[in-house]
Amino acid sequence: MTVLDERRPTTAAPPADPATLKAATAKKRKKRRALFKRDRTLLIMVLPALLLTALFAYVPIVGNAIAFQDYSPYVGAFENPWVGFANFERVLADEAFWSAVRNTLTITAFQLVFFFPVPIMLAILLQGLLSPRVRSLFQSIVYLPHFLSWVIVISIFQQILGGAGLLNQFLRDNGIEAVNLMTQPDTFLVLVTSQALWKDAGWGIIVFLAALSAIDPSQYEAAAMDGAGRLKRMWHITLPALRPIIILLLILRLGDSLTVGFEQLLLQRDAVGAGAAEVLDTFVYYSGIQNGDWSYAAAAGLIKGVISVILVLGANKLAHLFGEAGVYQKS
Amino acid sequence: MSITTRPRASARPRPPRVTRPAWEEPRAPLEAGARGIVLFGMAALIVVPLYIVVLTSFSSQATITAAGGMVMVPGELTLSAYEQILSGGVVTRAVMVSVGITAVGTLISLVVSVMAAYGLSRPGSYAHRPILFFLLITMFFGAGMIPSYLLVSNLGLINSYWSLILPSCISVFNIFLMRGFFMGIDQSIIDSARIDGAGDWRILTKMVLPMSRSVITVIGLFYGVGYWNAFFNATLYINDSEKLPLQVILRSYVLQGVSVPGQVSVGSGEVATLAVQMAVVIIALVPVLIVYPFLQKHISSGVMIGAVKG
Repeated sequence: MTVLDERRPTTAAPPADPATLKAATAKKRKKRRALFKRDRTLLIMVLPALLLTALFAYVPIVGNAIAFQDYSPYVGAFENPWVGFANFERVLADEAFWSAVRNTLTITAFQLVFFFPVPIMLAILLQGLLSPRVRSLFQSIVYLPHFLSWVIVISIFQQILGGAGLLNQFLRDNGIEAVNLMTQPDTFLVLVTSQALWKDAGWGIIVFLAALSAIDPSQYEAAAMDGAGRLKRMWHITLPALRPIIILLLILRLGDSLTVGFEQLLLQRDAVGAGAAEVLDTFVYYSGIQNGDWSYAAAAGLIKGVISVILVLGANKLAHLFGEAGVYQKS
Repeated sequence: MSITTRPRASARPRPPRVTRPAWEEPRAPLEAGARGIVLFGMAALIVVPLYIVVLTSFSSQATITAAGGMVMVPGELTLSAYEQILSGGVVTRAVMVSVGITAVGTLISLVVSVMAAYGLSRPGSYAHRPILFFLLITMFFGAGMIPSYLLVSNLGLINSYWSLILPSCISVFNIFLMRGFFMGIDQSIIDSARIDGAGDWRILTKMVLPMSRSVITVIGLFYGVGYWNAFFNATLYINDSEKLPLQVILRSYVLQGVSVPGQVSVGSGEVATLAVQMAVVIIALVPVLIVYPFLQKHISSGVMIGAVKG
């Protein structure tokens, strides 16, 4: 017999005395077993994804235990001596680690000011564009760089701003001393942000355009009838409509404060130098994979991971306090 | 966290030509001009560098020397850079590696994701809540690079192509996105198939898949672009220079300025000429350009919006 898709959770009334309770749990168990039998095909379908997640996402979480060991790749996993928090103490006493933290936070803060608002402004600019054809052509162009790899993006920047690039060809032709912007630690912050803008500012407008298109035009009309000018309408209608999505993205970005374009930074770290371009992720990479100080790097990575989770939870809490939906809700 | 997907508009009507509504005040010419300049400038900033890279890759050495580097005005055009790198050697092999990984990886990712998404999409099915939770957590807490590397190394996958596929095989985000779409499919259709005796496999392949072509295309393309663009995995897990994918080769050619051993001789031991370097950039870029229109077609539909709203 085929059981139809009547997959509703069964709610049983709370029974009173132990005997009926026992009967009820037995009944419940039986029901669950029937449910399991009915849904086993579905479970088989989920299995590969579950196994991959367990292996490549959960096993490494346990693998973080090496942060509390003095790990050496040449002895078995359980023979490494446990050293407690020694690695963490070493990381926290390391000036290079704090330099990486500073660089990470500086880049995050800078991009929050100079990257984050750009897609919002672009979306608003684009909103009233008269011809839909021009508009969709523009969208096709500005979405494209998002799909190019960081290697390509930085290669292109190199050809424009690098030592032998277009900018310097121009400077040399005009008798001005050449500067290689791709290796300048002083201006690196601006460079990183402009690369991020070039690659992702266009793609960023997609969410805001969606929110804008959901606004009922009659709201604008009514406001105009009441004498609200263009700016007033933007302030009282457009921006409130964007508010939830802005707050959501802000939370996600804040929760991700300790992550700044890993591939982007890794590709340029050697050219610019660790002083300006070392961020937490590259720090972990160089101290662990390159220098073989496994436990030390794992400790640094674990510090980053734990603080990131706290930041996400904190930012979400903050959103709830402001009465916004946030990333997730208790249900 | 709940995934909300809105049903996709069945047929996209052509947007009507927008005319200024009666209540809106006419735009001041200055404002309209400023708007146009900003938007045009943005587009130019993206198009012009790409144009210069393409042009340089097709330029002869004489033209490049005359221009003093990157070429902005077309001079003598030639295919020689492409002939050089595609006539065997490092780049050709890297292209093959990248194509292979992208094809196999995308296929595996899609199959695993579709199955998981469908398996979790039937309301009230056995243990779906804990499973969703189990998957969701990985979006908030990444284990970190070092333990992941040691795991891959302990599995003996260093220098294996599988190290470029399996660890990044599924994206929980994509699974949730597809699940949201599958849940939006009318339950009565599925019920009627079940009455006719169809099992879940049959329902998935014969009914759900054909109805979800657009989501599956988009997610497949996302996976594909991801595999094609991946660079860090390979620097981490692949030491054997014969197995390096294109992005890594591109990095060493263009960013690190090395001439890879066994490289097509551009004057032996010399750094690759600018045209050859740019040709490698273009080869790394072309597949993305080819699939881009397909992506573009679906981006504007509801699929993406559901995704980003997550």
